[in-house]
Amino acid sequence: MAITDIKAFAHLTAADIETLGQELDTIRRDVEQSLGERDAKYIRRTIRAQRTLEMAARATLFGSRNRWAWGAGVAMLSVAKIIENMELGHNISHGQWDWMNDPEIHSTSWEWDMTGPSAQWQRAHNYSHHMYTNVLGKDEDLGFGILRMTRDEQWRPLHLAQPVANLLLAATFEWGIALHDWSIEKQLSDVPRWQLMSEPNRAFGRKIARQVSKDFLIHPALTGPAWKSTLKANATANLVRNLWTYAVIFCGHFPDGAEKFTVDQLVDETRGEWYLRQMLGSANFSAGPVMAFMSGNLCYQIEHHLFPDIPSSRYPEISVRVRELCDKYDLPYTTGSLGKQYLLAFRTIHKLALPDRFLRRTADDAPETSSERKFAGITLPMLPNTEVWTESHWPVDPVTGERRGLRSALAEAKVALKEKARQEKEALREAKQALQDKARHEQQALRETRQALRDKAQEERRVLRRRALRERAIRRVRRRQRAN
Amino acid sequence: MVLKSVQGVREWLEAPVAEAKMAGRTRLDALRGAAARVTTPLLPDDYLHLINPLWSARELRGRIVSVRKETTDAVTLVIKPGWGFDFTFTPGQYIGIGVLVDGRWHWRSYSLTSPPNWTDPGSRSRRLISIAVKAMPEGFLSSHLVNGVPEGTVVRLAAPQGGFVLPEPPPAKVLFLTAGSGITPVMGMLRTMDRRAAARPGPGGWPDVVHVHSARTAEDVMFATELRDLHDRRPSFTAHLHLTGARGKFALTGLDELFPDWRERETWACGPLAMLDDIEKHWAAAGLSDHLHIERFEVERSAVGEGGTVTFARSGRSAEIDGATSLLQAGEDSGVQMPFGCRMGICQTCVVTLADGRVRDLRNGAEHQAGEKVQTCISAAAGDCTLEV
Ligand code: FES
Repeated sequence: MAITDIKAFAHLTAADIETLGQELDTIRRDVEQSLGERDAKYIRRTIRAQRTLEMAARATLFGSRNRWAWGAGVAMLSVAKIIENMELGHNISHGQWDWMNDPEIHSTSWEWDMTGPSAQWQRAHNYSHHMYTNVLGKDEDLGFGILRMTRDEQWRPLHLAQPVANLLLAATFEWGIALHDWSIEKQLSDVPRWQLMSEPNRAFGRKIARQVSKDFLIHPALTGPAWKSTLKANATANLVRNLWTYAVIFCGHFPDGAEKFTVDQLVDETRGEWYLRQMLGSANFSAGPVMAFMSGNLCYQIEHHLFPDIPSSRYPEISVRVRELCDKYDLPYTTGSLGKQYLLAFRTIHKLALPDRFLRRTADDAPETSSERKFAGITLPMLPNTEVWTESHWPVDPVTGERRGLRSALAEAKVALKEKARQEKEALREAKQALQDKARHEQQALRETRQALRDKAQEERRVLRRRALRERAIRRVRRRQRAN
Repeated sequence: MVLKSVQGVREWLEAPVAEAKMAGRTRLDALRGAAARVTTPLLPDDYLHLINPLWSARELRGRIVSVRKETTDAVTLVIKPGWGFDFTFTPGQYIGIGVLVDGRWHWRSYSLTSPPNWTDPGSRSRRLISIAVKAMPEGFLSSHLVNGVPEGTVVRLAAPQGGFVLPEPPPAKVLFLTAGSGITPVMGMLRTMDRRAAARPGPGGWPDVVHVHSARTAEDVMFATELRDLHDRRPSFTAHLHLTGARGKFALTGLDELFPDWRERETWACGPLAMLDDIEKHWAAAGLSDHLHIERFEVERSAVGEGGTVTFARSGRSAEIDGATSLLQAGEDSGVQMPFGCRMGICQTCVVTLADGRVRDLRNGAEHQAGEKVQTCISAAAGDCTLEV
């Protein structure tokens, strides 16, 4: 079962979580107060660059019958669409740039270049996902309703199709998101299912019509004789964008270490606990400035989840401070290369396609989900038991004087669990050895018995033979006597 | 039938820009709408204003074409509005102006001092507008505007509004009572009257106008030369200057002596709140409240109170709250349908426009002014305020 007691899992007291929350609030305030001209310039420059790139791409595609022009057009359009989607659409709709009071760069008015209307996405994403991050049954982004991403979710035969569903989702990611948001929007706004002309339906229909006709009708038509290659180019650019956004999103919440939570956790959740849940529920991937930009700075997924409405360009500097906090409170900071993080998510998708009886671990100590119960059956040499740290204060390392919490616990648990596994294996080997010995002994005994039997038989045969000889000799003597 | 379908086609064409409409309707809307199908989800404006910031009808914008010093602490800003601006406002109205300072747009309202459809002869007969700004002691934006907004700066504009206006035709007898920067809306009216009189020469062009203006010293009088010039040129216009630095506050009882016919005059008054309160009382005592028009400026301050009365404009309700209650809570408690999501400041679904007053962000103490969009779940009233919900 996913985490039900965040305090026990984190190895922190309520007071510690409270202070951690205050320290994060301080980071927020510091950054907010320092926002200014430089940041505004950044977003305006990004917008200008994106629009210029898109125009250049569309212009290039007029010559798309030429192979090189086609390639260049696709490349530019893909990059433009990625920037538009990640660094602009996603972040602006989060309200990251609302502080500028600019109605054109404002969460209430920005519309992005994706099938789903921004407003619907906002409700599903900003509200459902960001508020209830990784809470089972609340955060519908957990597998987007089609993938089983944690073994807390019951296996159904449909999940066998996960490998295919995953590919399909990746290729049509914008549609996946759009449909997902649309259904959440309908759910949240309580419109009857059968009401065809409901506002969410109409907004969705309008947006689809505009998006599809733009990329697949109007732009190809405008390029005249090159319409076919333009069409292909637009489709390719959308595909590239879909694959990339899919990969970035999946690296944010599904690699090992990004924990899942139960609804119990939400009851009376404090601000500090909310922060902690965001930290434990997301994962980063390492990226240089270019890749960070192209991911809309979502390589800083942890920072994004802590401060979803703070300008993304500030995440790098925030991450330094968040890491310091993680060190101070001995909390894990889940990160790795893009490839590694994706492979971990990929592994989970494929592993969980199988029914539980094929899986070795349980939802308490699986790589993709663990819970406070993971620590229950083992003794952690450097940490006192649960009751002590939740009531009094943090355990402190006797040697370094540093406070000890979840990160150490996880590391020690890993060692302890390995040790436990080793001991079990050892016991198993010994048992096997004993069995083998026993078998050998029995075999030996068997062999000996057989030998003895064989010996006996030989002896008997010898006796018989001797007796036969004697009898023959007697007979011979008697014959001779009779003849005499 | 044909007309109807033409209308239908037109509406269809304009649909994308109609949805995103922020500025007024322009004649180019059908074209913009058609182009928007190519540029969707953006408007063609979004590309055009990369070339020229004024080429956008997404919202009203303008460019400051000149900054003229009026007094040591007041300037006139002459602004060339971009697409969609309605030049046929009524003299006396004010506009909202947004100015970019440190990456943030700041909103304030200022009276228009130019007559409607004004073309500045000096600037190649383009239609322009002007406002006058006086630096307030602690006013953040007014000081910025007075002390150094460069010519060429692009500003955002809100459509002219306000009921403190001069009717057309004006009444036969008029009294203006102003003090300090309260002169600005009246200046717009005087200039309009002057222009009309120039267009229609002869007697009756100017009504009988008396203007009593108070200022601390002679140097503090905005538009002093212009007032004197008008006074000299237009026989039916009297400008009476009262310097409070030397003679104290203008006593309303003095009107009887100076302009005994003041009771027959339609009166417009604008100035400090205390003065307006006095005037109101004086006119009420004389049973003339119907003939009095008053404009109260929002006072520009940097520190405001805690809590206040929140008015929910669209639902017509209001609530009295303290400085710690969120606007969302206040709205819900008084039965207003408030939009909301997370209730903790992260989802932006509760954002509404602050029409008037100030609110404070409870998380960091940041203050928001009228014209800004605020998250109601984490904002509290900082004085009286009005929300558009
Ligand atoms: S309700 Fe989510 S930001 Fe206010």
